[in-house]
Amino acid sequence: MPAQSLWTLLSWGPDGWLDDIAYGALVTVALALATLPIGLTIGFFIAYAKQSEEPSLRLAANIYTTVFRGLPELVTLFLFFFGVPILLQHLIRYFRPDATIDVNGFVAGMIVLSLIFSSYASEVFLSAFRAIPKGQYEGGYAIGLSNWLTMRKVILPQLLRIAFPGLENCWLSLLKDTSLVSVVGLAETLRNAGVAARVTKHSFLFYSVAALVFLGLAIVSSFATSAILRSLGRREAQR
Amino acid sequence: MSATATMVERPPPRARGWPRPRIAGYALVGLWIAFGLGIVAYLVLAWNPAFFAKYAPAYLSGLGVTLSLVAIAMVLGAILSLPVAYGRMSRNRILSGLAYCYVYFFRGTPLLVQTFLVYYGVGSFRPQLSEFGIYLPVFSDGLSVARFTLWDFFKDAFNCGVFAFALNTAAYQAEILRGAIESVPRGQWEGAASLGLHKLQTLRKIILPQALIVALRPYGNELILMIKASAIVAIITVYDLMGNAKLAFANSFDIQAYIWVAVVYLVMVEILRHGIEWIERRITIHLKR
Repeated sequence: MPAQSLWTLLSWGPDGWLDDIAYGALVTVALALATLPIGLTIGFFIAYAKQSEEPSLRLAANIYTTVFRGLPELVTLFLFFFGVPILLQHLIRYFRPDATIDVNGFVAGMIVLSLIFSSYASEVFLSAFRAIPKGQYEGGYAIGLSNWLTMRKVILPQLLRIAFPGLENCWLSLLKDTSLVSVVGLAETLRNAGVAARVTKHSFLFYSVAALVFLGLAIVSSFATSAILRSLGRREAQR
Repeated sequence: MSATATMVERPPPRARGWPRPRIAGYALVGLWIAFGLGIVAYLVLAWNPAFFAKYAPAYLSGLGVTLSLVAIAMVLGAILSLPVAYGRMSRNRILSGLAYCYVYFFRGTPLLVQTFLVYYGVGSFRPQLSEFGIYLPVFSDGLSVARFTLWDFFKDAFNCGVFAFALNTAAYQAEILRGAIESVPRGQWEGAASLGLHKLQTLRKIILPQALIVALRPYGNELILMIKASAIVAIITVYDLMGNAKLAFANSFDIQAYIWVAVVYLVMVEILRHGIEWIERRITIHLKR
């Protein structure tokens, strides 16, 4: 094997690995972005259930967060990735005995990450719910808004503003947790860097590049969130 | 006036019947019960004494590996976090910049990447690492002296795991410590200084007792996070709890391998969580009104 310089290894194209790692970074970002809306929605409804007056609803929501915050992310991922095909296989055998099921790594990662993300986000939403005074609800009802309209027009805008800094932390840990999905074979940043490391025997170099990619994503998202926070603050000031 | 004061308005009666949230709540709880019963039924139906006899001891030893890894990493991380926290709070630009970069790197990248960087990446420096060696006495067939190099340390996956975890948790613990110390108001420092206490004395006798109460919960959360994160050392071939589950699953292709390990982790985390809450209730008893 001719001695390749580090720059060749890190170049774009067939000789270098930069394009593979860039593609992996794209998958990482896509996975995190695809998880975000699902996780936020589930998290909001879990928090909504947790602050309701109905004890059974609170119980159900508390079981959810206890389970998905208590289990290691990797165990949840493996349980889902290996368990669900077996379960589906049993179910589908009644209809089509010869069908086989394969779980897509991206979809499995998306579902598992949204379960984990939502259980952490629900705590953030819950504390935001508690920060909103009761008068806001009463004011909404007093001017004749329905339950749903009060939630959407009065509570939710304030809730998001209060919850934003906490959600930023959840987003950062979501970004980091996407690396776990490489273990079940999704070709994201870490996996592609690992392939490059195995082929070229330059492990330290390529894992450092992977670390830098994640660091870069964290820096970019912190810039983005501070810009969003500033614009939120401006709107707050205008009212 | 006193007559009207006794006319206390009663709280509205509790909602009866079946309002929509109650239907939803009962349905969801029912779903959870069905889910739990399903898992229990599966474990009962799939009960396999041979599986249990074969893997239960492995799980126990794996639990030992997990706990010792977390314990060693937490203690090393706590020691390492002291200079980092000092650097973060220092007024020296260079020192605080370095500490900030350290914390940012270890909090900004996934622990899995850091672990791979140590386990696979350090192999790139094998010749250099083999140069540094110390002579240690060894007891095997009598006392002899053997040379241990840094490479001997890093070729063991468990050591790599401990190393990566200690560096990672040091960054988080440094932030916890800094936050806790900065949560103590400045007046406490000034009061102690006016009493003529030395800086170190102030820290030990006045600041830390107040800061550690604040820090207890984050430290507990960090411990729980470390126990959960320790599952990833299974990927670098350490046979901890998760590693043994992976092995059992690969040999038997039986999903109960992962269900049992999930139960063990869940029980461990819940015990810790409630234990920390209990300790916090105990030590903040003097702050309750």
